[in-house]
Amino acid sequence: MASAEEVAKEAERRDIRDRWLLSAPALIIIFLAATGPLLIVVIYSFLTPGPYGDVVWKFSTDGWLSVLMQRDIFDDTLAFADAHLSIFWRSAKLSFMTTIFTLFFGFPTAYFIATRPARQREIWLFLITIPFWTNLLIRTFAIQEVIRNEGIVNTVLIKLGIISQPIQMMFTDFALMVGMTYVYLPLMVLPLYASMEKIDFRLVEAGYDLYANRFQVLRRVIIPLVKPGIIAGSILVFIPALGAYVTPRVLGGSKNMMLGNLIELQFGQGRNWPLGSALSISLMAIVMVALLFYVRSAGRQGGTHG
Amino acid sequence: MGTGSALKSGRKNGVIVPEQPGKSAIEVRGVRKVFGTGESQVAALDTVSVSIRENEFFTLLGPSGCGKTTLLRLIAGFDFPSAGEILLHGQDIAPLPPFKRPVNTVFQNYALFPHMTVAENIGFGLEMLGKPKAEVKARVAEMLKLVKMEALSGRRTSQISGGQQQRVALARALAPQPKVLLLDEPLSALDFKLRKEMQIELKRLQHETGITFIFVTHDQEEALTMSDRIAVMSSGRILQVGTPWDIYDKPAERFVADFIGETNFLTAAITGMANGKARATLKSGATIDATVAEGFQPKDNATVVVRPEHAKLTSGKGDLSGTVENIVYFGTDTHIHVRLDSSEAFTVRQQNTRSAGCGFERGDKVGISIGNDAAQVLRD
Repeated sequence: MASAEEVAKEAERRDIRDRWLLSAPALIIIFLAATGPLLIVVIYSFLTPGPYGDVVWKFSTDGWLSVLMQRDIFDDTLAFADAHLSIFWRSAKLSFMTTIFTLFFGFPTAYFIATRPARQREIWLFLITIPFWTNLLIRTFAIQEVIRNEGIVNTVLIKLGIISQPIQMMFTDFALMVGMTYVYLPLMVLPLYASMEKIDFRLVEAGYDLYANRFQVLRRVIIPLVKPGIIAGSILVFIPALGAYVTPRVLGGSKNMMLGNLIELQFGQGRNWPLGSALSISLMAIVMVALLFYVRSAGRQGGTHG
Repeated sequence: MGTGSALKSGRKNGVIVPEQPGKSAIEVRGVRKVFGTGESQVAALDTVSVSIRENEFFTLLGPSGCGKTTLLRLIAGFDFPSAGEILLHGQDIAPLPPFKRPVNTVFQNYALFPHMTVAENIGFGLEMLGKPKAEVKARVAEMLKLVKMEALSGRRTSQISGGQQQRVALARALAPQPKVLLLDEPLSALDFKLRKEMQIELKRLQHETGITFIFVTHDQEEALTMSDRIAVMSSGRILQVGTPWDIYDKPAERFVADFIGETNFLTAAITGMANGKARATLKSGATIDATVAEGFQPKDNATVVVRPEHAKLTSGKGDLSGTVENIVYFGTDTHIHVRLDSSEAFTVRQQNTRSAGCGFERGDKVGISIGNDAAQVLRD
């Protein structure tokens, strides 16, 4: 006869086995779809580039070294090169600005929607999400159509006699900002709206009642209450903006490169897959740091409210 | 403003007691509030005028949708009147935004800021007024003491109970020392026992601070026990303003008599007036003296009201006669429902004693005598 203790132990063992079996499909998918490819990228970053792209199975740290340094083609010495670093910096700066612009335009938009009657809100939200139905590339070309030298803006301004020469907007940071802000705006509006919708607007009235003017109510009542939405929206915009590829390619031209384009270049014309892989992992590391920041600040938020 | 003088004549039936200028904290003059446009237009307030005295505990009483909260929101400044004036110590505040009015509100669900501590909530108004930090701190401490919440000053508002939230809401609204405090059904979310406690607490706070309280409620008992004066509202109008005693014993209209307490309504013929009282001949043929509602216009047929506790049941002949239909025991008293010979219903409330029953049984033929000072003639 098995003792009660043994029976309990056996049950526990079975329980653990069942749990592994039940989560196996999910684990397999996570490995095949996420961890596996990532591992390949990591391995590739330590190999030697092949002459026509691809990699040669020979260990090398050149991929990683090239992220921040350049090997002299004559004497093979390594020297610090800021070309890639400046693109990293540029990407971070542009992504940060995109976040600021989407926040600037998204906040009033979300507030407007959240203060409409419940039935109208659905219509406004629907309008916000419409751009998602169109391919990103097409949307970006539409922007190009608006701002290019023979585009709508320049044509109208010239017809009105305000300018005589078209303003060069394409292939500038301005074009890039217009495009990125337009593309990522819904990603900011939706989490902001989700936070604002939960606001009890009697709190706003209470603010007014307690002698706070409009600006003070915004700063002291509304913004603290929608802070989770601001953080979530900023992360949702900043991360994909950092890796943006299509928008800088179409609107920024070849001079205004961002990280996504740099990585693509290494896998394409550059034929330097290890460098591309190393750059990809570097990008991921930056994103991880940003996410860590988010998780920590979200955790603090939960702690203070709970 | 032109609207004020134009509407003065529109005051209803002399219900509004004229105040000496400067003596009233809030004066509402001919205020209308219309919501919606065109066909769907609804008048939430229909030309309301009322004067609220300084240091008064004034209650707006009425069923939901009567316009009491609308009136409160107009005084607070969350909405603006469609017509009329609202004077605070003689100055028209109707066009001012809420943050420019020395009036604070205790909201129905308290509306405490969830991202601030108890102390930060209480200090918010003073901070917005630009008071120096030391003064804010001292005043917050004083307020915490006043509402007995010193121990919880550092808590988040989500970490305290409903009754405590109520106290914080009160302290927050009182901290900037408003001229008038508005309370929008502040006790409705509390359970019975806590509500009773807070009623006493509110009276104490009003007494200690000397601030004019305007209290909105649909609970007639709450209104009677707490108020200095009550305005009874229905369908956007103020029907009667008076002390709890006035409102209960001398209701002006059927709605007031019916909404507050229990009442018997009798149809009577008014046969004459003497010494400010009417002689009313009831359907039973008996004639009684009755006080007359303000604004009563002499007419042949009027409604007389008699409170159940002001009538007496007799086994002999009274002013009315009928048959006992039902007897309901209530602990402190017994309600005896009588069907009068005129087929009207009449209830008599009789104080209970320990030793004997009420002395009547279902089906008994009884008489009802109405005391000398028991009846009131309504104006409608």
